[in-house]
Amino acid sequence: MFVPLLVLKNALRHRLRTILTVLGIVVAIAAFGLLRTLVDAWYAGANASSSARLVTRNSVSLVFPLPISYAGKLRQVSGVTGVAWANWFGGVYVSERNFFPQFAISGASYLDLYPEFVLPEAARHAFLADRQGAIAGRKLADKFGWKVGDQIPLRGTIYPGTWTFNLRGIYDGAETSTDTSSFFFHYAYLNETFKQRYGRSMDSVGLYIESLEDPSAAATVSQTIDAMFRNSYAETLTETEKAFQLGFVAMSDAIIGAIQAVSYIVIVIIMAVMANTMAMTARERYAEYATLKALGFGGGFVALLIVLESAAIALAGGALGVLATFPLARAFASTIGSLITGFEVSRETIALQLAAALAVGMIAAAIPAWRAARLRIVDGLRAIG
Amino acid sequence: MTPLVVIEGLSKYYLRGDQVIPVLVDLSLEVAEGEYVALMGPSGSGKSTLLNLIAGIDKPSSGTIRIGGIDIAALSDAELALWRSINVGFVFQFYNLMPVLTAFGNVELPLQLTTLSRPERRERVEAALALVGLTDRAMHLPNELSGGQQQRVAIARALITDPTLIVADEPTGDLDRATAQEILGLLGRLNDELGKTIIMVTHDPKAAETAHRLVHLEKGELVA
Repeated sequence: MFVPLLVLKNALRHRLRTILTVLGIVVAIAAFGLLRTLVDAWYAGANASSSARLVTRNSVSLVFPLPISYAGKLRQVSGVTGVAWANWFGGVYVSERNFFPQFAISGASYLDLYPEFVLPEAARHAFLADRQGAIAGRKLADKFGWKVGDQIPLRGTIYPGTWTFNLRGIYDGAETSTDTSSFFFHYAYLNETFKQRYGRSMDSVGLYIESLEDPSAAATVSQTIDAMFRNSYAETLTETEKAFQLGFVAMSDAIIGAIQAVSYIVIVIIMAVMANTMAMTARERYAEYATLKALGFGGGFVALLIVLESAAIALAGGALGVLATFPLARAFASTIGSLITGFEVSRETIALQLAAALAVGMIAAAIPAWRAARLRIVDGLRAIG
Repeated sequence: MTPLVVIEGLSKYYLRGDQVIPVLVDLSLEVAEGEYVALMGPSGSGKSTLLNLIAGIDKPSSGTIRIGGIDIAALSDAELALWRSINVGFVFQFYNLMPVLTAFGNVELPLQLTTLSRPERRERVEAALALVGLTDRAMHLPNELSGGQQQRVAIARALITDPTLIVADEPTGDLDRATAQEILGLLGRLNDELGKTIIMVTHDPKAAETAHRLVHLEKGELVA
């Protein structure tokens, strides 16, 4: 008990200095956690995506559609067990600030391909039976206070006019990482209404999704699909859903890289501040360290006192920083709305935060501890604290 | 009486660039067991350096220092630390107490290096504090004590491990005359009643008078 007690008393000796140091670490560790969570959220879509599903899009760009007639051909590809399609809608709910992803989907076939969207059986039936029906994720419904039976009006930006949907179900995620902030409605409704309003059919979709019999055959099946539509007027590019999602992430690689760099720079800055504090603290106590050594305590013991004190301060700041990350992340998530989904502080981030705090404490103490351990007693006794 | 401290051909010099600065020159000295010796001399005469060498907190450039038959100049740093913890009690001019520990904690400090149990340590600390008359101040921090009381705590700490040798570097240098007399009286009692060998560095002739023997140093050499 002697050593921990001495370390604690030493740490609380200059309370204001200790409180300010802890506060600095809290801010740094919380900022580090928030930035890590932001990076995690960026990758959340890709991480949650399945390797047993393929995505087929126009090889020129995602902006260009594919003919609806491709669906029948895709079903016949060996190794493909199911085909669904989806079309980006891009509508506005009340105000531009209320952004959330909206897709016109192929009804039952789409839901069959995404078992991670957990929808009650009655809601599924109600949705499939209502051509104007829609389903929304739990997070989205909670955000806008929607309940089953509500009418949801969306103002089309790609498809002009007001589109009204009947909310027939609210789906939950099978995993905590499953996105529940999207809105789905029938492609048939979009296609037919489009024809009524503009006198011509769309008969095209943004992308196809195929489920695979054997996920290890993804590369072969992808090549078969793309070969099938080569030299057609709408050539395809097929890849796994994960690769498709990572393609989106790659577009913002530089931003993510910068965020990651900033998260580590924050730690380096607090490490420098802490190292300065510990150096100052140790220098003030040279006479005490010399006295301890004169009494028979070794250089290692003196170094241990400094390292433990530094680690204790850093871990206290680290623990408070971790606690502060949760409300900060919640506030941040509510500010950005559905722009980035899956904004959750992960266990890995918490572990990284605590490891960073410990590293700050240990590295900051390294040089002062080494100097104190090597301090000559006669020099230390001459030092004025 | 048997000599406790035997110093032969002791030299200590420092290097400042290429320049050699001698502090102690070929010095020989014996201190008998139970003796109370005062080291005097002008500033820079080497008396504190000699005390540091005898206490094993500095190393000589040449020569031998035998204490209780052990040549401490030949010991490694770790061996020397262990030797100090058993054989030497320190009294410093500015007391050198740990400010975060109470009087009790400061006196107990050297015992943390022993295998004594907590009750055994408590018993010893209480006895040492009683000897220096500070039983009622046991739970006070150093900044709650006067200079004289702090020095008494330091003396209790110096004798807690029952060392053979007590070294005191200007123990009254920071105290007023009356308090200095109290401290000198206490050191005298340690010597008379407990038979402790004491080597004290002092500038004060009155303090030196309380010792059995006076040793004068000038320019690193003993003066008869």
